[in-house]
Amino acid sequence: MTSMNRKPLLSLENLKVYYYTDEGVVKAVDSVSFNMDRGETVGLVGESGSGKSTLGLSILRLIPPPGKIVGGKVFFDGIDLTALSEDEMRKVRGKRIGMVFQDPMTSLNPLMKVGDHIVETIVSHEGVPREKAVERACSLLEDVGILPERFNDYPHQLSGGMRQRIMIALALCLKPDLVIADEPTSALDVIVQYQILELMRKLKQVYGMGLILITHDVSIVAEVADRIAIMYAGQLVEYSDVNSFFNSPLHPYSEALLESIPNIQLSDQKLKYIPGIPPSLINPPKGCRFHVRCPYAEHRCGEVEPQTVEFERGRFVKCFRYVE
Amino acid sequence: MSLRVYVARRILLAIPMILILLTIVFLVMRVAGDPVSAILGAHAPKEQIDKMREKLGLNDPLYIQFLGYLWKVLSLDLGRSLIWGQRPVLEEIMEHFPATLELSISAFLFGVVVGILTGIFSACRYGKLIDHFFRVYGIITYAIFIPWLGISLQLIFGVYLGWLPTSGRIDPLMAPKTITGLYVLDSLLTFNIPSLVSAIRHLILPTVTLGFYLSGIFTRLTRAHMLNVLQRDYIVAARARGLSERKVVYKHALKNAFIPILTMMGLQFAALLAGAILTETTFSWPGMGTFLTERILYRDFTTVQGTIVFFAFLVVLVSLIVDIIYVYIDPRIRY
Repeated sequence: MTSMNRKPLLSLENLKVYYYTDEGVVKAVDSVSFNMDRGETVGLVGESGSGKSTLGLSILRLIPPPGKIVGGKVFFDGIDLTALSEDEMRKVRGKRIGMVFQDPMTSLNPLMKVGDHIVETIVSHEGVPREKAVERACSLLEDVGILPERFNDYPHQLSGGMRQRIMIALALCLKPDLVIADEPTSALDVIVQYQILELMRKLKQVYGMGLILITHDVSIVAEVADRIAIMYAGQLVEYSDVNSFFNSPLHPYSEALLESIPNIQLSDQKLKYIPGIPPSLINPPKGCRFHVRCPYAEHRCGEVEPQTVEFERGRFVKCFRYVE
Repeated sequence: MSLRVYVARRILLAIPMILILLTIVFLVMRVAGDPVSAILGAHAPKEQIDKMREKLGLNDPLYIQFLGYLWKVLSLDLGRSLIWGQRPVLEEIMEHFPATLELSISAFLFGVVVGILTGIFSACRYGKLIDHFFRVYGIITYAIFIPWLGISLQLIFGVYLGWLPTSGRIDPLMAPKTITGLYVLDSLLTFNIPSLVSAIRHLILPTVTLGFYLSGIFTRLTRAHMLNVLQRDYIVAARARGLSERKVVYKHALKNAFIPILTMMGLQFAALLAGAILTETTFSWPGMGTFLTERILYRDFTTVQGTIVFFAFLVVLVSLIVDIIYVYIDPRIRY
């Protein structure tokens, strides 16, 4: 897709992840492709049920049954993750790709000291002696703004924000090249959200890892990301650098998404929203999946699926309006 | 709340439990029949009956009898047997209890280990054929009639194959020097290999019989809770950190699923004692079960009453122990 001469850190090629449910096949991720470079932050944005969390989990091959990667490839640092054995994949998880989850209240084992989570991860990947891992865990706790004295606390003794800091420390403890953060701030209150974002931004400078930030909040992406990927109904509809995107969104869905951000200065205005509801992923609409809600829809939009085109260098969009 | 306060509180809570229990035993024994006619037979002359009633204190008001009874139990006096030399009941119980304890411990371990392992196995292969197999296994073993299973095993391994003895605790004249009364343990403590082998060989069939019966409920319970826990976020998170599946299942999932299993262990203790009685009679195991059934047949009133109290004390003790173990497993309970 890109004409980079460097090897991208992560490259998805037509990734397809389907859930085989009793009601039918849910095409949660349907032919998604994009590249990201080392040290980059990609904001992956979409509504609930657009497939963004599934996409995040499928990179680590942790899709719960009845979900399955049915097609496409995930190249990470040149290696096709979909072709690795389960044991090789296990060595990638945590060590080379870290993950931060949405709900810090439920993502830590309630019966385990928070520090031991970190120690366990370090020891199981690097086989270092426990005392050494404890030392590293304590300095890591400091890095994420938690006093090392809290090492022996259990998760229920920490606040949501502190637990998310622990999750971040866990994702970073083996200095991975990529961290996938699935709505890391959604379960937190606003002030803590800001602190966590600040922390992630700071740590990115220290650790230099790539970051995929999955969120439904476009404004977060504006603050921290280099690139933005917009998902709609299991497909990537726009992929762009953040500046150009916020100046001139290409896809009609992106446009509508930006318009629906409430503006505090124009408080007497009515809230804008996108009419209609997101389509079913079992029977997605024919053609472009957005055409039912799209103000620019033409006849062909409901007939054939538009191809993804490179509108400008590094800006991709899946819409007929940009096809010559 | 500190650990010591918690434990002290649990112990204090056990006191009313024991009082209620003693009251129930006392009342049930009053309505269960006339001890005098049990001792003297139905056709005893009237003067003798009156004399015996006076001697047993049955002419006193009920509350005096009750207080007297309470006092005796609390001073560890469970009365004397009505037959054969009228030995103190507690002494007789302590003679038979080690045999039951040995059988109970090995059957309980067998049942719990088999149950938990099959439950985990089943949960990790959810919806597969082996999962359905263990679900059925759970129902069958729970519903099984112990003497039937015991007799079947005796027939196969004792009679047809001739591999294992079908009755008793140990071969004649092989009993080790008594230290704890548990033959396996005593043999080990005295380095008596022949009696160790004999004790273990005798223990196998009763253990399997009783353990098999106990395992079913643990299979089903473990399976259900493991399925639930394996879907939790912290399990996905543990996998995402690249922990091995073994660590994820046994360290993270099983420990979290273990709390309800532990509760069930406490509750199943009563079933264990009931099952031990049936198993012991089937295998002529010289423990509390054989002892109790024998004394029921002889209408040995005080002994039966004393044994019930003893069993009840055990159940209270075990639930106390379970409550204390909780604290060590789940840090959230104490604080």
